[in-house]
Amino acid sequence: MGDPLYANGVDLAVVLIVALKALVTFVFLLVSVLLMVWFERKVISDMQSRIGPDRAGPWGILQTLADGTKLFFKEDLLPEQADRKIFHLAPYLSAIPAFAAFAVIPIGGTISIAGHTTYLQLADPPVGVLFLLAMSSIAVYGVMLAGWSSGSKYPLLGSVRASAQMVSYEAAMGLSVAAAVLAAASLSTHDIVGAQSTWNWNLWALGGVPFVIYLIAATAETNRPPFDLVEAEQELVGGFHTEYAGIRFALFFLAEFMNTITVSAVAVTLFFGGPSGPHISFLPTLWPIVWFFSKLVCFLFVYVWFRATLPRFRYDQLMDLGWKKLIPLSLFWLLLIAALRIGRDRGWNQPVVVLISLGVGIVAYATLNAALRVGQRLTDDEAADPDVDSHQVASGSAPKAGV
Amino acid sequence: MGYLDGFKVTFKQMFGPRVTNRYPDVKRPKPLRFHGRHVLNRYEDGMEKCIGCELCAGVCPARCIYVRGADNPPDAPVSPGERYGFVYEINYLRCIHCDLCVEACPTEAITESKLFEFSFTNRDDAIYTRTELLVDDEGMPRKLPWEDWRPGDEKHTSAWVRATSPSGAASYEGKPAWSGELGFGVRPPEKGQSDFEGAPAEPSINEISPQPAGGEPVPPTGGQSGTVAGG
Repeated sequence: MGDPLYANGVDLAVVLIVALKALVTFVFLLVSVLLMVWFERKVISDMQSRIGPDRAGPWGILQTLADGTKLFFKEDLLPEQADRKIFHLAPYLSAIPAFAAFAVIPIGGTISIAGHTTYLQLADPPVGVLFLLAMSSIAVYGVMLAGWSSGSKYPLLGSVRASAQMVSYEAAMGLSVAAAVLAAASLSTHDIVGAQSTWNWNLWALGGVPFVIYLIAATAETNRPPFDLVEAEQELVGGFHTEYAGIRFALFFLAEFMNTITVSAVAVTLFFGGPSGPHISFLPTLWPIVWFFSKLVCFLFVYVWFRATLPRFRYDQLMDLGWKKLIPLSLFWLLLIAALRIGRDRGWNQPVVVLISLGVGIVAYATLNAALRVGQRLTDDEAADPDVDSHQVASGSAPKAGV
Repeated sequence: MGYLDGFKVTFKQMFGPRVTNRYPDVKRPKPLRFHGRHVLNRYEDGMEKCIGCELCAGVCPARCIYVRGADNPPDAPVSPGERYGFVYEINYLRCIHCDLCVEACPTEAITESKLFEFSFTNRDDAIYTRTELLVDDEGMPRKLPWEDWRPGDEKHTSAWVRATSPSGAASYEGKPAWSGELGFGVRPPEKGQSDFEGAPAEPSINEISPQPAGGEPVPPTGGQSGTVAGG
């Protein structure tokens, strides 16, 4: 129950250990962002038959450091129309949740420092998963306020897109995460990892669907390609960070890559058993960390792979996918898993439970489809009605599209 | 595979060859008639070719050339003939490297090198004066500190004037009608059109052999006979 560090009360040593863990997590995240940017640039240039950065340091590994130093010394511009306070606040609202979210990720087993035993994770609150969801929701404010306070139209468009997109996919992500919570019967990330050890990973224990939904929703949450409408360069200049320069821009950049790392770490924790893996008696503390990081790197690679492969979604496709496909599917799957668990506890016949659930699912899907079709027909009818001018414009026959 | 085919394509690319040139270390060969920064040529006896006629300045669309002619001092003439280029300046902040000056020059005094990688850091450096443009006593372009010359680059200074047969008449094909240059003598003519059938279309400057390139060697009209890429 909770971190054994606090079992014998809190003294100075405990405080120091927590401070040390916080410092290590902070430094680790900063360094991993440096490496992640380099990794992404290298892998994507491999996939595009290019060489990528190779000037600064061996294999260009210091390129991010050089870029960061440059950004640090650049002039920090403030647009005339900007809302000063919020403009200055927004980058921190974006970066701090990205840091904080990583605090609940278990990256290894337990270690002993100076007679105290503690988990290899900064904090293990009983509400761990809720904390993760809260942090990813707060990050929306950074993007939203950055776009709004810039006093410029492209950032505003970008941030409107961002808030709509993040709110839409938050639901699907929450439902897929809830499936993992259901499997472990706990919100604590440490317990979720514990329930999956050693090979009972949620990836297959939950049937794979929650993981796929989480992967898609997390990509959308972090505004990574193919869901990068928020900063679609071809349409919105830079999106919400168009008016930012120098160190504030660097903070947004930092937050973006840190979010990628964090959602990958969450995926590893929730669906891939976190640090669990083959037990090796030589250096038993080290191996869980190695397993965790190798899983993490695989995920980061997958995100880069997405970026290299998939073209950007159109806005209506994005909303369709989120609301009409992912949310109903993840809701259905969550209910199916819940039914199966209750059935197991009460001793019901499992195949019958699955069949009934499938029947209910099909009926629900048909109902949803019918509802969507009715909605579409009403829209079409209104568009075809010659009396209403504004709808005629929207139908596409007039040169001006949209209203 | 359907949707997932794209992933296969990008993954395969990771192990394919790279298309990038490692630019500052390795440079692509420049085309034969590349327009670079100019040089002012001299005759084989060391006299300057420029006669200060200002035709180059007149034809320049960017107005980047400034020339003032002066009478040759009788006891120490700078160029053969009456006048010479007393002041000759090209502003490389304005030059568009169109080479109209080279076409206009009646004495082949101004020609182009292949150098385009020069990055000066102040406006005075951008204005090349006669001292900087004029070839040195070996007939090679002067290398300024901010210019990126690579070994062998300095020999390719006058391709355009040798590009076409004089007067455009086929009967002159392969017969040089240009004066010799300090350090190089009379440069060989380029291959005529008839030689290009079945031959590689445009030889890069790295592939030019030091031997006369024409099908039949034509005796030069004067100067150091047979000397080609000497110096």
